[in-house]
Amino acid sequence: MIGIALSLPAGGYALLSSLRQVTQGASLEPQWSLYLHLETGRMEADALGARLKSDARVSAVRFVSREQALKELQATEGLAEVVAALNRNPLPDAFVVRPQVADATALEALAKELRALPGVAQVQVDAAWAQRLGALAGTARLAIALLAALLASGLVAITFNTIRLQILTQRAEIEISKLIGATDAFIRRPFFYLGALQGLAGGALALAIVWGSLAALNLGVAELAVSYGSSFRLMFLNLGDALTIVLFSAGLGWAGAYLSVSRYLLEIELK
Amino acid sequence: MTCSLSSPAISWRPCLISFSSVFKRYPGGQEGLKGVSFTIEPGQFVFVAGHSGAGKSTLLKLIPAIERPSSGVILVNGQNVGALKRSALPYLRRNLGLVFQDQKLLYDRSAYDNVMLPLSFSELSGREAARRARAALEKVGLLARQKAKPIQLSGGEQQRLAIARAVVNRPSVLIADEPTANLDAESAAAILDIFVAFNQVGVTVLVATHDEALIGRFAKRVLRLAKGGIVE
Ligand SMILES: Nc1ncnc2c1ncn2[C@@H]1O[C@H](COP(=O)(O)OP(=O)(O)O)[C@@H](O)[C@H]1O
Ligand SMILES: [Mg+2]
Repeated sequence: MIGIALSLPAGGYALLSSLRQVTQGASLEPQWSLYLHLETGRMEADALGARLKSDARVSAVRFVSREQALKELQATEGLAEVVAALNRNPLPDAFVVRPQVADATALEALAKELRALPGVAQVQVDAAWAQRLGALAGTARLAIALLAALLASGLVAITFNTIRLQILTQRAEIEISKLIGATDAFIRRPFFYLGALQGLAGGALALAIVWGSLAALNLGVAELAVSYGSSFRLMFLNLGDALTIVLFSAGLGWAGAYLSVSRYLLEIELK
Repeated sequence: MTCSLSSPAISWRPCLISFSSVFKRYPGGQEGLKGVSFTIEPGQFVFVAGHSGAGKSTLLKLIPAIERPSSGVILVNGQNVGALKRSALPYLRRNLGLVFQDQKLLYDRSAYDNVMLPLSFSELSGREAARRARAALEKVGLLARQKAKPIQLSGGEQQRLAIARAVVNRPSVLIADEPTANLDAESAAAILDIFVAFNQVGVTVLVATHDEALIGRFAKRVLRLAKGGIVE
């Protein structure tokens, strides 16, 4: 029960770690095109280029002249005749840049600022999908964190209840022990061990479930990856992460037991 | 008179108990004790007598602070037990041998395990604990029955098991609430003989009973209660 509950965030975390590898491997950094007004002169464009190059928030500033753009368009299959039919070049000069800021709000602010620069007609946010993917990953991370928090409190509640049942079966021994001189610490101790052990077992089971699920998923992923000429695999959590999960759930079990025993001792005190 | 709780080095050291103007009113409003004062010298054997409802159990429960007085002062070995902190109670109780009216045995454990219970939270080594448990069972004549569960023991044997558990930590005071209830006269006298034997080696003994005939068979001090007050 605890194992299954914990396997959800643990598995999500593993998937996300694998996903992060993909997004880092591919060139998913957004690439923006800044189109200039048609009437913008070369001098003005050069000044703009210098301004962009000095801005630390953008890199790889590349100038694409309107002639160059037209040539590229002509080279495009099927469009040569269309271009030839035009009596003048309708394309503007452009800069291609890469923004270097990480979060979405800063990106937005940057785009707005670039749009306001003199001579700039339009900013086309090319790789919006990469941004969306990034945002999605952020949302997924948040969801997993929330899920983990939810299930962590669930684990505490579960151990709270199982320890309570255990306490009730030993209620006579606890009552008598207290009457004849056992300290609360002595009474608590075995239940702490029990709770921690339960959490530990739950954490280990969760990892086993995640490992099994990823192995099963990888069968499909491998086929898919081969057809794309990639060797991508979903990866299991690294040793440090796995250990953290197991210890964390042991801690949660301990906490559940602590709450349970403390509550019971308080109850018999007030009786 | 010096009075100290038993230390591990010197066992059977006597201890003094004193009540002064002790009142006990239960949360429901029932009066348990209404202004009780007395002292018990180390090594004394005292019967706490009186009809049912006279306040015998209340008086005995105040000594190990199972109940707290509503007013008045209770000293056990110079400690004001009515004002003791919760965390200090275990150490007070370990030096008092308690035999409960309902015995409070663990019915799913052997006689030996029952006697081992108070030793499990003392600092004794396993071997010394086992030795003491067997010695306590022997003193009450139950060594041969150490593997039996309380259910398999007679009423008198169960009572003796409760006494063995109470004395296993070598307390300086032994407190028993109606230890002969439900026993025939002969078994009752045999139980009392055990208390007398402990008293003879220096243990202060308090026995609550409503059995006047039993009290009459022993020439001991009697604290007689009626309606929460001392009448004799
Ligand atoms: N836990 C309790 N709650 C309320 N009233 C109690 C409690 N224990 C004893 N009493 C009352 O206190 C009085 C003395 O009781 P008790 O000390 O048990 O007398 P005895 O042991 O001599 O029969 C009785 O009136 C009884 O009803
Ligand atoms: Mg009574």
